[in-house]
Amino acid sequence: MNQVRHHGGWVVVVSFLVALLLVVFPLPEGLQHARPQWVALILIYWTMALPDRVGAGTGWLVGLLQDLLQSNLLGQHALAYGILAFLSIKLHQRIRVFPLWQQALAVMVLLLLTRLIVLWTSGVTGRAPDTSQYWFASVTSTALWPVVFLVMRSVRQRFSVR
Amino acid sequence: MLLSLAALGLMTLDNRQKLPEPVQSSLSAVVYPLHLAADLPFSFFDFITEELATRRQLIEENDRLRTQQLQYAARLQRFDALERENIELRQLLQSSYEISETVLIAELLRVDLDPYTHIIKIDKGSRDGLFMGQPVLDAKGVMGQVDGLDPFSSVVRLITDPGHAIPVQINRNGLRAVALGTGDAHRLELASLPNNADVQVGDLVVTSGLGGRFPQGYPVGLISEIHIDPGEPFARIALAPSAELDRSRQVLLVKTRSQTPPPAEAEAGDEEPAETAPAEASS
Repeated sequence: MNQVRHHGGWVVVVSFLVALLLVVFPLPEGLQHARPQWVALILIYWTMALPDRVGAGTGWLVGLLQDLLQSNLLGQHALAYGILAFLSIKLHQRIRVFPLWQQALAVMVLLLLTRLIVLWTSGVTGRAPDTSQYWFASVTSTALWPVVFLVMRSVRQRFSVR
Repeated sequence: MLLSLAALGLMTLDNRQKLPEPVQSSLSAVVYPLHLAADLPFSFFDFITEELATRRQLIEENDRLRTQQLQYAARLQRFDALERENIELRQLLQSSYEISETVLIAELLRVDLDPYTHIIKIDKGSRDGLFMGQPVLDAKGVMGQVDGLDPFSSVVRLITDPGHAIPVQINRNGLRAVALGTGDAHRLELASLPNNADVQVGDLVVTSGLGGRFPQGYPVGLISEIHIDPGEPFARIALAPSAELDRSRQVLLVKTRSQTPPPAEAEAGDEEPAETAPAEASS
């Protein structure tokens, strides 16, 4: 029973690793601000798909990894992603039944919120970014949500992650 | 809830006082494989282009490098003589002079870190003898200082980072100032120089060696713009960094003889104020 319920955990781990890799993957100068919030997108997907397995703890952990990767203040993204996972689990039953574009809107709100938390924490420590392009990442991420969702769903079905 | 508290605690700890060295370095060593993986396609591409370079290209490059080396060697001869003379003169004045500086070459890892701070990642770490606060140069000037260490790689904070300040002097007349990072990769600002300071556009600004972090006499930048508003107490003086901060692939790590790697926590303790004091002044 237990064996059946928990299946394919490595897919989750690999997907997070790929997302983290994309976070530090070099982009051309002008596209820096448009880099999608890959980790947040993947986190939202998994919390919606497997709310009993991926939760705030997972979010906290990958957030910490992202902080280490980007060598910014430790715990910024851990806090933001912990809250993101919590909210997205609270909302997953509603969001799941939305059509894809409506889902994208809900996801955008969540993404903007994470961005806001990170902005607050960096503002408190005096390293706030002084450009409004900061928010642009959430827009590109939202635009990518349907793609991420479809790809991740086919991945999940392919490897029958439960 | 608990996790949020843990995150907040971690942030405070990281911000107020640096995490204990071993914790911090082992944590960042964890993500090193990911950084390497992100860099991999690019280093592979480099490898391929190097392998496929034609014989003629190699010969041309070789020729160019040889003539360049000859020129530098010739210039160095004169420099040696000058240095000896300088030491003798200083001995007459009974002041000390740092001579031996060892230099280590490191390469940039092509990864994007936090886009809102100016930091870069290099492929040498504490295993290669790097230490916190070590000055980093490129072929043209000062780039920044080591700000995070793990055994295999380290993070370098560039002089243009908004939280960075570097003590400088103007080469022409020895006027001292502090150059603050602005967050713009092509601009530094000289803080607190009065309106009547003797500064001209085009002046070379070099490190002053005050503060003991950066060795003296390395070029930082050229004065690019002077804006004097009689209503304000200080002139606004902008500086164009001479190092190619966003282009250099290889960096030099300098170690002067007085700056040995920290023996124990003693260094970490007095490191902090030196760095944060100017940073806080700027923000």
